[in-house]
Amino acid sequence: MSDMTDTGPVLAADGTPLKRSLARALRRQKMRALMLIAPLLLFILISFILPVGDMLYRSVQNDIVSKTLPNTVVALESWDANSGELPEEAVFAAMATDLKSAAAAKIHTKVGGRLNYENPGISSLFRKTGRKATKFDLEAGIVWKDELIDINDGWGDPDVWRTIQTYSSPITAGYFLNAIDMRVGPDGAESRPEEEQIYMNLLKRTLWMSMMITISCILLAYPVAWILANLPARQANLLMILVLLPFWTSLLVRTSAWKILLQQQGVINDILVWIGLVSDDARLVIINNQFGTIVAMTHILLPFMILPMYSVMQTIPVTYLRAAKSLGATDWTAFWRVYFPQTIPGIGAGSILVFILAIGYYITPALVGGTKGTFISNQIAFHISTSLNWGLAAALGAILLAVVLVLYWAYDRIVGIDNVKLG
Amino acid sequence: MSGLPPYASTGQRVWYYTFRVICGLIFFFLIAPIVVVIPLSFNAQDFFTFTPEMLRLDPEGFSLKHYRDFFTDSGWQAALWNSVRIAPVATILSVSLGTLAAIGLSQDHVPARRAIMAILISPMIVPLIISAAGMYFFFSRIGLQGSYWGVVLAHAALGIPFVIITVTATLVGFDRSLTRAAANMGADPVTTFFRVQMPLILPGVISGALFAFITSFDEVVVVLFVGSAGQKTLPWQMFLGLREQISPTILAVATILVVVSIALLTTVELLRRRSERLRGMSPS
Repeated sequence: MSDMTDTGPVLAADGTPLKRSLARALRRQKMRALMLIAPLLLFILISFILPVGDMLYRSVQNDIVSKTLPNTVVALESWDANSGELPEEAVFAAMATDLKSAAAAKIHTKVGGRLNYENPGISSLFRKTGRKATKFDLEAGIVWKDELIDINDGWGDPDVWRTIQTYSSPITAGYFLNAIDMRVGPDGAESRPEEEQIYMNLLKRTLWMSMMITISCILLAYPVAWILANLPARQANLLMILVLLPFWTSLLVRTSAWKILLQQQGVINDILVWIGLVSDDARLVIINNQFGTIVAMTHILLPFMILPMYSVMQTIPVTYLRAAKSLGATDWTAFWRVYFPQTIPGIGAGSILVFILAIGYYITPALVGGTKGTFISNQIAFHISTSLNWGLAAALGAILLAVVLVLYWAYDRIVGIDNVKLG
Repeated sequence: MSGLPPYASTGQRVWYYTFRVICGLIFFFLIAPIVVVIPLSFNAQDFFTFTPEMLRLDPEGFSLKHYRDFFTDSGWQAALWNSVRIAPVATILSVSLGTLAAIGLSQDHVPARRAIMAILISPMIVPLIISAAGMYFFFSRIGLQGSYWGVVLAHAALGIPFVIITVTATLVGFDRSLTRAAANMGADPVTTFFRVQMPLILPGVISGALFAFITSFDEVVVVLFVGSAGQKTLPWQMFLGLREQISPTILAVATILVVVSIALLTTVELLRRRSERLRGMSPS
């Protein structure tokens, strides 16, 4: 060592200082690791991250009004919506110009449809006026205020103009407000009337039902995980098949099985009638409601609870329980004070996993949930494919995503993503 | 649980057997719905419950007509063909990219390892409806919506977390001095990978592939949105069948799928044991 300090820095074989040489090797190693990961990261970026980002963008995107009605948006800027009076003639003239070109391009119904989400009735206003708009003579010196109101009374309503003004900016919080049962009123955000409040209740119901599913999974999984962890390996492996087979069976197969079992003319009702618990004319309604969804989803998600619990329980030595008992604990005390606290990580891991999976379920609630047992996902799907209100679907999706990401973060903290095990 | 000790009290005995009965019932709950489908699929009638003939085990009550329906109906056959066309390609895509990335992730010095891992696992965590909505919006923009490759890309993305998880788990036990030894004896990295590393991690790769395959083969939410009528897969056809008019052919399809999953489960289990043997652990 001593002569090294005399001859200056330690050198590598090629004459560069060892420190720099090592740093370079480390850098190269990092680069190599990143090069191996890069193709996949790029792939995930294109096929997954960008799509989710696109959805988030759509939840605030609102350029349709400013693109379709550019002149009106500019002319409306100076109008005070709270004056209760109609905008001046220039705004009406701008609207006539915009409507004429929009109707020629056949896009006036789209902007009407968009504004209709916020103020029902605007859609027909745009549709009806648009029909005549192609024949508007912009050079004839017509008083457009009278002309438009003459075509449709709707243009005489300051509320319509207020809605157009409110939604003229290219970014809007309107979809989000809509998703939490609020809207933009004359004095800023206000909640919708009682009978129009659906999404918050739906979100609450989704959370409540996911909670019920998680709790029933805990209750059913705990004994099973315990017996799997404490039986001799050969028997435990055999029983493990009974847990893994449902895990590997198609979701559709399991859902159709439940649909068949729970029907009023299905196997469960038949058995109940046969043993005389239920009379033939009073068959139980156990499908197309919350009960059906909870039972079917508990069955589907149960393996996701059993597996993490099992892997935690396997590591707890049997001797702890024996030691507790030999120190005078009763069976219950030994279990509750010694065994149970050690299984909490397994319960936590399983619960978060089941809850995350349950909250986003779509197929099973759609098939066995009827109208009372559906989740927020079903509403998202409805807005994408049926009502075509993509912005609202995206806002609801963003809220759901936020809930899931918080739980994902918690899961990563508690369990660690690296410790996820399959089968 | 090593049996009842001879000094157990009556209460302990009662609890011991009650507990076993409870566990038995839960196992029954787990397996019964899947098992019930199988005999029902041989029903000679178009009912979804056991007919009196079936309960008497009368051969008249059983028939293969639902299977015949499945194999002759053009709608079901087209759906089967689409599933067979989509799932393997998606699997190859996610396994090849996923294995490379898993090897990269298991190196000693990976910057932002945790963040990368979280991103790569996220397709498994994000609710399918959100992935489906995002892909629907984004793929419509770039013209992939309703195309074969759109569905393949989407399914490959969904399968990747499973490949990453299984392959990294196998790599944990991988002895890195083997690759160094290979390099020392003059093998280039590609040769080392295919001749030394790959054979050892193969069980993990295959079980990851099976997970990716079943993910794509079973997937219905994303394909509902990203696909069009030309990509109608088997689960999609089942979903429609269950939602609109439920036809007993579904039971035959379900039984076939249960058999497929039993085959997959067996393969994965055998691979797991082989992998543990290769890594010098005693298989449990």
